[in-house]
Amino acid sequence: MLTLEGVQTYYGNIEALKGIDLEVQQGEIVTIIGANGAGKSTTLMTICGLPRAAEGRIRFEQYDITRMPTHEIVQLGIAQSPEGRRIFPRMTVLENLQMGASKSNPDFFEQDLAHVQELFPILKKRENQRGGTLSGGEQQMLAIARALMSRPRLLLLDEPSLGLAPLVVRQIFEVIEQINREDDVTVLLVEQNAFHALKLAHRGYVMVNGRITLSGAGDELLDMPEVRAAYLEGG
Amino acid sequence: MSEVQTRPRVEIAALLKESVVAALVALGLTVVMVGMKTVDQPGGLGLEYRWNWVAAAVASVFIGRFLFALWRETRPRHAAERGPSRQQRMLTSGGDFIRKFGLWFSLFALGFAIAMPFLGGPFSTRYFIDVATYVTIYIMLGWGLNIVVGLAGLLDLGYVAFYAVGAYAYALLSTHFGLSFWVVLPLAGMMAASFGMMLGFPVLRLRGDYLAIVTLGFGEIIRIILLNWYELTGGPDGISGIPRPSFFGLDFSRRVPENGDTFHTFFGLDYSSMHRIIFLYYLILALALITNWFTLRVRKLPIGRAWEALREDEIACRSLGINPTNTKLTAFSIGAMFGGFAGSFFATRQGFISPESFTFIESAVILAIVVLGGLGSQIGVVVASVVLIGGTELFRGLEEYRMLTFGALMVAIMVWKPRGLFSFRRPTVILEGKKIVGSQAGEGSG
Ligand SMILES: Nc1ncnc2c1ncn2[C@@H]1O[C@H](COP(=O)(O)OP(=O)(O)O)[C@@H](O)[C@H]1O
Ligand SMILES: [Mg+2]
Repeated sequence: MLTLEGVQTYYGNIEALKGIDLEVQQGEIVTIIGANGAGKSTTLMTICGLPRAAEGRIRFEQYDITRMPTHEIVQLGIAQSPEGRRIFPRMTVLENLQMGASKSNPDFFEQDLAHVQELFPILKKRENQRGGTLSGGEQQMLAIARALMSRPRLLLLDEPSLGLAPLVVRQIFEVIEQINREDDVTVLLVEQNAFHALKLAHRGYVMVNGRITLSGAGDELLDMPEVRAAYLEGG
Repeated sequence: MSEVQTRPRVEIAALLKESVVAALVALGLTVVMVGMKTVDQPGGLGLEYRWNWVAAAVASVFIGRFLFALWRETRPRHAAERGPSRQQRMLTSGGDFIRKFGLWFSLFALGFAIAMPFLGGPFSTRYFIDVATYVTIYIMLGWGLNIVVGLAGLLDLGYVAFYAVGAYAYALLSTHFGLSFWVVLPLAGMMAASFGMMLGFPVLRLRGDYLAIVTLGFGEIIRIILLNWYELTGGPDGISGIPRPSFFGLDFSRRVPENGDTFHTFFGLDYSSMHRIIFLYYLILALALITNWFTLRVRKLPIGRAWEALREDEIACRSLGINPTNTKLTAFSIGAMFGGFAGSFFATRQGFISPESFTFIESAVILAIVVLGGLGSQIGVVVASVVLIGGTELFRGLEEYRMLTFGALMVAIMVWKPRGLFSFRRPTVILEGKKIVGSQAGEGSG
């Protein structure tokens, strides 16, 4: 469904991605784990064209999206819940969700709204509250829900567990699994919380310094000693 | 936490020291700037000394600083901890007021604005209506700029350029081609909108300070072109003899044409020069209300929501599939269009325009109105215009102190309400039961 071949991305002179090869199949949950600064967020942003890949190719289904403007990429059915959530703080929860739906058919709005409110019931309670006044977990749920409002076929999630209590993390991961299973949404999940991410994902990639160093099935990676040493024990 | 609000001990000595320092700074500043004045004397320039002025300035700074420090030190300390956090309060400054009384306040203001010329007493004097017209121009400009700055969050320091484009468009098209106000008005709006696009393209990738500098430059470029393109614009001489608008083809002149009517004969009234004044007032009021109505409507449409979202977070907008180019360009051009309408009105009201009316200070005043009113607040623009423009107009008699009053008002508002008078943002949708309804148009129709 999504393939990256030899993707290199620069911030000015800094080479943040040094040739990434990565593949996501329809219906999978794939995770990218790695330390801070490894280039995980850059990978997700490059898929959306922000910044653009300097070298390599990115394909989504039958389209070559390497040079496509961001808003067109998104309209193909890719949605992102970006790092730091980036909800609209002065707009209400409902308005945030409306923004997510702004490129999809308005006829679906009420139905989609009901669906995300079922996934995250707290968003219904907070409906008319400003985004900036939500708790961290609620903001994360809003960010995911907002991305879902565009009816994506591929959902990119950047560290949804960051800074959240274990209970909330569990709830969010359950929802990720549910939308993958029931709504047939393919998920590319970036996480530092390697244990949970690898448990959840079908496959995973390990990223170090702008390169993919390991890949394999989720439980395979979990068993590898180098992964255990670097990302699980004591971390 | 103790419930007792201890009044903190005041260290008078420290306060005195602080005040002395302030007074010394004032002394340093005023010795040259106030204390010495150059005068023309036979045999060249001479100096005149005004030490009593310096003494007065230093004394008032000393006393003022002391009183301010005393107030600061004796104010109850725990108040801030008990109420909502400062941040929270800043987010919703004026919120309670608008939530509770917004609709009533707007309706009252609107009713007053409509009835004003007929209320009698001081309200119906020519002076008062002139001031009201002048204030309403700024309300309209503020509402227009609010689309760009308040909603889309694009800091525009050159808004006066579009006002100028509208004014010159009407002046030139009416004096050269004899086109009437009503024909030119949409043309002027379109022209200003295309200038908005022109400004929009080069600044698409800029934000914040950089955007502000380029827009400031744009405003100056337009003014300098108007000043130097003598053949077209008359340069510094400006354009005079700009035709006055008619009331559906009826003129407001005293002299009745051979075969036709004027406003007063058609309605069987005695001629009065007030008719035109009142007509102009209603004209700008209607134009301003159209601007407001447009903004209130557009906020609930996808494009309006995209403007607001762009102000909040551009990256998030892009990753939601919003095209920031189109969004910014529409904000610039629609904001510019209303500036152009206001400019045409200005030209027809004055009958004479020159580049002098379109200097940077105008942009600054309009921006001040938007910021002081509370970015994005429609009522805020009204209140800020009335206070700033009306307020300084009242002090016109004291010509030298006019800008001083303006500055003092701005400082006062910023100290008292750092987020503007009304920074409460009314949601564009609320859910009632299962149905989505637009929220009431409470925020400022007036
Ligand atoms: N906007 C930026 N400008 C310059 N360098 C950046 C920017 N964003 C990230 N980087 C650099 O790119 C590298 C990868 O960062 P990032 O993708 O955010 O890593 P991760 O998400 O894995 O923590 C880091 O070295 C970081 O310093
Ligand atoms: Mg990251």
